[in-house]
Amino acid sequence: MADYTPPLRDIRFVLEHLAGLDDLAKLEPFGHADAASVFGVLAEFGRLMSEVWAPTNAVGDAEGSRHEGDEVRTPAGFREAYRHYVAGGWPAVPFDVDYQGGGFPWVVGIAMQEMLNSANMALAMAPLLTQGAIDAIAFHGDEAQKETFLRPMVTGAWSGTMNLTEPDAGSDVGALRTRAVRQDDGTYRITGQKVFITFGEHDLTEQIVHLVLARTPEAPPGTKGISCFIVPKYLVEEDGSLGDRNDVHVVSIEHKMGIRASPTCVLAFGERGDGGARGEGAVGYLIGEEHAGMRYMFTMMNNARLGVGVEGLGLAERAYQQAVAYASERVQGRAPGASPGESSTIIDHPDVRRMLLTMKAFTEAMRAMCYVQAAQIDVAKHHPDEAAATEARELVELLTPIVKSWCTDLAETVTSIGIQVHGGVGYVEETGAAQHYRDAKITQIYEGTNGIQAMDLVGRKLPLRGGAVVRDQISRMRATVAELGGGDPEGDGEGDLAVIGARLAEAVSTLEAATGWMFEHGVADPVEALSVATPYQRLFATTVGGWLMGRSALAARAALDGGSVDGSERSFFEAKVVTARFFAERLLPEVHGLVGPVMAGGRGLFALTPAQLAR
Amino acid sequence: MNVVVCVKQIPDPADPGALEEDHTLKRDGKLILDESDSYGVEMALQLADAAGGGDVTLVSMAPNNETSGLRTALAMGAAKAVLVSDDALSGAGALDTAKVLAAAIKRVEGADLILAATESSDGYTGTVPEQIAAVLDLPSVTFAKHVEVADGTVKVQRQTESGFDECEAPLPALVSVTAGVVEPRYPSFKGIMAAKSKPVDQVTVADLGLDPSAVGWAGAGQEIVDVSPAPERQAGEVIEDEGDAHQKIVEFLDGLKVL
Ligand SMILES: Cc1cc2nc3c(=O)[nH]c(=O)nc-3n(C[C@H](O)[C@H](O)[C@H](O)COP(=O)(O)OP(=O)(O)OC[C@H]3O[C@@H](n4cnc5c(N)ncnc54)[C@H](O)[C@@H]3O)c2cc1C
Ligand SMILES: Cc1cc2nc3c(=O)[nH]c(=O)nc-3n(C[C@H](O)[C@H](O)[C@H](O)COP(=O)(O)OP(=O)(O)OC[C@H]3O[C@@H](n4cnc5c(N)ncnc54)[C@H](O)[C@@H]3O)c2cc1C
Repeated sequence: MADYTPPLRDIRFVLEHLAGLDDLAKLEPFGHADAASVFGVLAEFGRLMSEVWAPTNAVGDAEGSRHEGDEVRTPAGFREAYRHYVAGGWPAVPFDVDYQGGGFPWVVGIAMQEMLNSANMALAMAPLLTQGAIDAIAFHGDEAQKETFLRPMVTGAWSGTMNLTEPDAGSDVGALRTRAVRQDDGTYRITGQKVFITFGEHDLTEQIVHLVLARTPEAPPGTKGISCFIVPKYLVEEDGSLGDRNDVHVVSIEHKMGIRASPTCVLAFGERGDGGARGEGAVGYLIGEEHAGMRYMFTMMNNARLGVGVEGLGLAERAYQQAVAYASERVQGRAPGASPGESSTIIDHPDVRRMLLTMKAFTEAMRAMCYVQAAQIDVAKHHPDEAAATEARELVELLTPIVKSWCTDLAETVTSIGIQVHGGVGYVEETGAAQHYRDAKITQIYEGTNGIQAMDLVGRKLPLRGGAVVRDQISRMRATVAELGGGDPEGDGEGDLAVIGARLAEAVSTLEAATGWMFEHGVADPVEALSVATPYQRLFATTVGGWLMGRSALAARAALDGGSVDGSERSFFEAKVVTARFFAERLLPEVHGLVGPVMAGGRGLFALTPAQLAR
Repeated sequence: MNVVVCVKQIPDPADPGALEEDHTLKRDGKLILDESDSYGVEMALQLADAAGGGDVTLVSMAPNNETSGLRTALAMGAAKAVLVSDDALSGAGALDTAKVLAAAIKRVEGADLILAATESSDGYTGTVPEQIAAVLDLPSVTFAKHVEVADGTVKVQRQTESGFDECEAPLPALVSVTAGVVEPRYPSFKGIMAAKSKPVDQVTVADLGLDPSAVGWAGAGQEIVDVSPAPERQAGEVIEDEGDAHQKIVEFLDGLKVL
């Protein structure tokens, strides 16, 4: 079962009711992105994903990309799938019209990214990394650089990469050593080695534009001495055509647990020394100013981290679809209520129901979180009212580590449950359930490990505006609690909305208590905060998830009460309320179990010496 | 060269919905472009291209002024559409459909060639195209797997059980094409956005000069008495190979009278 059906109905629900698509369409640049156009675009894109991309997913995993000489070959069907994607003009949809973009809101691009990732995450990494490189050039490049590089990258004719990691510089980017030496003509020569570079070499596009972090000879140590360069695989002539091969070459590719089709490359810059008249090293063009590279990375980080969260969402959705399909077919045992001697499909067993609803509820909460985050990115960038834009910007900052870590941690959980639903055959590769789990693991590691996200949350985000940004978010969630409480017509506290509201109220109180503890102890001693940052991050994220599911329930209830919904529409909204209640009653209470781990602080973490840890 | 393509908009086969009281299919939800017709649209676009220009016009009859399926075909590259939508048409049979479509086709000026699918995916009576040809008094070629136009003539390779026939007809003519003969293009992002502003001429039965009381249930001269589900597919026969499997398979095929 390799089928993938784009979850267009739920995508529409989240865009309409949680992400505020109608309000976005009122913003200056998005006038043409009315709901009908957006959903028309998403439906056709979804068809391409399910018909052309999705069938390449298992093949890609089995074959992997291959390194041959100076080239990397992607698996069968990848070039064709990518060609369709570019021919349809899809890469350009959420980018600036000034550079051939479609000028659609970022949140629409994010819905497309979800489908790309469900269909084939390994292949989807090519556009994802290209997007990172586009952002860097668009935000910080000069006009000439934009003219030369942006158009072909926006259309997908050229791809991009992000070169941060080196053998001794992973989480600590500041430790990187790649050198950049300025030439008389203003260009630079780059020498050094980068590792783990996604789509660093491949056969999908004629040109690859590498974004490379490097250090100039007199640069100060650490992150303050990093500069950012454009290093194209082929130098670009005045007329935009491709010229000489630049001295950047693939050394090897990694053999990995998952996303095997995505080539993860060791890249050598200037190692062949065949720069000839141009001198030793790969030719690089400085973006912006020297030593400002890390600052630039920060401006792109929110987008990039959201993009990885969306990978988690995409994988969870596909694993869920596969699990439901299997559970509806597999006959085993007798379910409660079935007549004696009768066998049941496993979907009728209570524990299987629990698993499927867990997958569904988590996946829908992830979708809500990713899309709301993306819509806030749009508002922050384009809202004419400075206060509204600022509020959105703050929310984006706060939620970035939460979206990235929660959606990827949950991807691991949901894809793991997906295997569990399959039983023994889930553990067998042929079924395809295991691939999603193997693919999911990396999302917790790259683009800042989830541990690094937690440090970002407690170290940088909690202190924003003296803690007021967190407090604003808590108020927002309290307002939803109030709305849910008001949605109890019987007044007996037993209605769906009332129950959801009550559970959310408890969770928000718990988050408030944990946050109070973090402020009190974490400020006094950062080690205390760092020691418990991960459980605190989980607590925070799960509460935000509960809040968004509460808002989903409110919207669905309103639609049902609005009348004249029947058939599949009615059943969709009803399912939405049921799923939200499941989340509130069975998943959200996890937060209360995390208070203890948070308030335990740093105590005991260093009570053992490394020698004692080593047994 | 101007090509008219008949395109039916049908309920999504993935979510077909239910039957109405009168046993007809519920068509009040969103309707999509029948996949069978996507081949005709693609072929029309290719033929117009090959001829060095001309418009592809869509013609459709569907309830509730539904245009979703038309937008898909417009996004593929068709230039415009005529949509007949009228409550009087509920209950229309194949002949009614043909009369209405024929009248709609007449509204399109300078149509050199009319394409339809061999059969639709929901109704699949496979009779509408020939009836349109009869109403319009045009030559009709069915089961086309390859179509070429030159010098006022359409040359068709017509699928048969044993191979194909080569047919020719003077233009204008009506040709029905079989599924899978061309690869329908995926609408592009630009195509979808452009389709929003392409003209869809929405007309009623009266606009077409037809009598509303002579079409639909009124004109069908028929009634659907009962609808029953297709019989479940029987389990296949499993042949274990004990050295004589080939013989058993031959016997099986012999029994089917296909050998
Ligand atoms: C498949 C794949 C694709 C990748 N693609 C790219 C790419 O395209 N471009 C690119 O530049 N890089 C890429 N990477 C690299 C990736 O971003 C790094 O692997 C990641 O940042 C972690 O760095 P590291 O591997 O050096 O681990 P380390 O930094 O060595 O981390 C090991 C462990 O220590 C923890 N840790 C480290 N420092 C701290 C700290 N200060 N406090 C608390 N905990 C800490 C981490 O959380 C982790 O659990 C890719 C990696 C993989 C595997
Ligand atoms: C359960 C059921 C039973 C039915 N029984 C009968 C019956 O017994 N007798 C009867 O006459 N009708 C019957 N109908 C109605 C019949 O399906 C419709 O009247 C229909 O218009 C006939 O078209 P078709 O789909 O069979 O067309 P086909 O002849 O299979 O269609 C061939 C091609 O003609 C074109 N075309 C057909 N319809 C349209 C359209 N509306 N707009 C544009 N192009 C079109 C398309 O290119 C299509 O691919 C029945 C319908 C249902 C749901």
